[in-house]
Amino acid sequence: MLAIQAQGLGKRYRIGQRAGYRTLREALTSPFARLRRSVEDPAAFLWALDDVSFDVRPGEVVGIIGRNGAGKSTLLKILSRITDPTRGRAELRGRVASLLEVGTGFHPELTGRENIYLSGAVLGMRRNEIVRHFDEIVAFSEVERFLDTQVKYYSSGMFTRLAFAVAAHLQPEILIVDEVLAVGDASFQRKCLNKMEDVGREGRTVLFVSHNMPAVTRLCPRTVLLDKGRVLKDGPSHDVVSAYLSSGLGTTAAREWQEPAERPGNEIVRLVSVRVVQDGETKAAIDIRRPVAIQVEFEVLESGCLLVPNLHFMTEEGVHAFVALEIDSPWHKKPRRAGRHLSTAWVPGNFLSEGTYVLGVSISTLDPVRVHFHERDAVALQVIDSFDGDSARGDYGGPFPGVVRPMLRWDASPPPETTP
Amino acid sequence: MLQLTSPLPLIEIRPDPPALPRLVEAWTYRELLMFLAWRDVAVRYKQTALGVSWAVLQPVLTMAIFTLIFGRLAAVPTDGVPYPLFAFCGLLPWQLFSFALGASANSLVANERLVTKVYFPRIVIPLASVIAGLVDFAIAFVLLMGLMYYYAVPISATILALPVLVLAAVAAATAVGILLSAVNVRFRDVKHALPFLTQIWMLATPIAYSTSLFPERWRPLFALNPMVGVVEGFRWSLLGHTEATGTVFLVSGAILLLGMAFSVSYFLRVERSFADLI
Repeated sequence: MLAIQAQGLGKRYRIGQRAGYRTLREALTSPFARLRRSVEDPAAFLWALDDVSFDVRPGEVVGIIGRNGAGKSTLLKILSRITDPTRGRAELRGRVASLLEVGTGFHPELTGRENIYLSGAVLGMRRNEIVRHFDEIVAFSEVERFLDTQVKYYSSGMFTRLAFAVAAHLQPEILIVDEVLAVGDASFQRKCLNKMEDVGREGRTVLFVSHNMPAVTRLCPRTVLLDKGRVLKDGPSHDVVSAYLSSGLGTTAAREWQEPAERPGNEIVRLVSVRVVQDGETKAAIDIRRPVAIQVEFEVLESGCLLVPNLHFMTEEGVHAFVALEIDSPWHKKPRRAGRHLSTAWVPGNFLSEGTYVLGVSISTLDPVRVHFHERDAVALQVIDSFDGDSARGDYGGPFPGVVRPMLRWDASPPPETTP
Repeated sequence: MLQLTSPLPLIEIRPDPPALPRLVEAWTYRELLMFLAWRDVAVRYKQTALGVSWAVLQPVLTMAIFTLIFGRLAAVPTDGVPYPLFAFCGLLPWQLFSFALGASANSLVANERLVTKVYFPRIVIPLASVIAGLVDFAIAFVLLMGLMYYYAVPISATILALPVLVLAAVAAATAVGILLSAVNVRFRDVKHALPFLTQIWMLATPIAYSTSLFPERWRPLFALNPMVGVVEGFRWSLLGHTEATGTVFLVSGAILLLGMAFSVSYFLRVERSFADLI
């Protein structure tokens, strides 16, 4: 027996003028305009979801990925019964709970305590279930001291923690989770991910939409990739995630500015392209164990300047992990000739941490300091940790913090011989 | 926790799901209904200086104004009942109705986030707003009892009919409220039309005046407004006197049932599009 069986699901939306927010006057005064724009004009409609079919067995944890507008949210809304499909059918076996945002049902004027009850009820918990889990929820949320404070006085972090704590204690057979983990501080995100892993282990069926590729690969053995409302790929997460990342559908591993006028820079130097390369190929999904080359191509327009390319590695949370300056090169302290230059920075294997880095690329003159350009978010790369035991995490499979993950040399000496 | 003993519920998702099962399903969400009603009550007088006294102040001030204008200046006939009591007895069900109507008509739009982020039968939302209105009614009702004691009006057995009349007022508000709440999702004109509608409706209801102002043969027509039956019923039940005839109650009751059936079926027909339109 299947937990979820979706067959040919399709959802059509009217585009252009949205059907909502129409006023009565408009409907009364323009009946003919409405008729003209009716059924057969395909340009007026968009299939947000088109012929989507898949099966999920009970206890399976399935990731759903795809770029914005691929139909992920529409799919979740249909499976959560928030909206109906235009075509197709689906069957779900078991109680369904969906977490499409943090804090559904919360009311700012009510206290934390009151909101636990309210939000629990809205998400589908029975009153006695809420009573039974109340203490656990409070403990998980870490906001005990503010339980009788109105939620409107909470910091956004406290709000998120309380809201997720309620959601984390839902006990449906099928759990549908949208990108709710994209908020909150890093340590709490970890806690939520761990809780999700527990949920998976309890034999519950989970559908998990996320842009966080490491989380998807770690939590979900299987992933469905959506693109333009269709299922593009469905299979083991490792394959689907790397296919997604290298297809250029996700984060950009390479950027090129074709038009000279669009190239970042000034009258001295302009950026032409940036590339993330591993094993000789442009790649957005990087194996943590092997070196990665960041290739920066730039055009020097005016000879004779000292130019130092530099790379800024930012984590997904916006932490500036480190900066790399080109100092180890033939051009070090030498004026550049006009023309195309290519600088490659080698990031060693077993150095970057798991997750996404967004790279800023800049070229500066150091003395006196002058920044010729600084292209933020130029490219992004996704570091995938291996679970083969030969990376810095060894055989440990749990959360592994840090903005870098170097593998250090350890010296160990045996305990001194004790003489009897 | 997998329930191994009972078979798992099967949820079918398809275009245009049938309406009747959804109505039946709404019943299983009665706990949520009470939670939402409780929320509306808990939140209503938050950050107000006078708090829940508003539930008393509103009908009392209206009664005072009515007494001055209609009781003293216009000297409206009240079939022998002291005017303040006469007016308050009409205001009580009216305020229940108008409050519940206003709250439920705006309820779906006000709870947009619930509509777009979580599933439950949508009818729960306007119903909860109506139920929340009963709390104010209960408070004002205590005041009415005090007023009756002051004017030495005895309580008779007809008071036993009162729960039915309260239910009728609630049903009237529900019928109109759920209809308007659904229309409001699509046409925000409802928000602007509602205060006007309520005002006209109040004038068409014998609150400040008595049905006895109307010639006998026009009364059934007058009773097409179901609140006529409700208000006159209140006076009959509490004050033991009414000029309304059985026909008035029959007409009001029939309209109420028809209106309810129409509203509920309309709501069920359009509720599945709310999340896309709101």
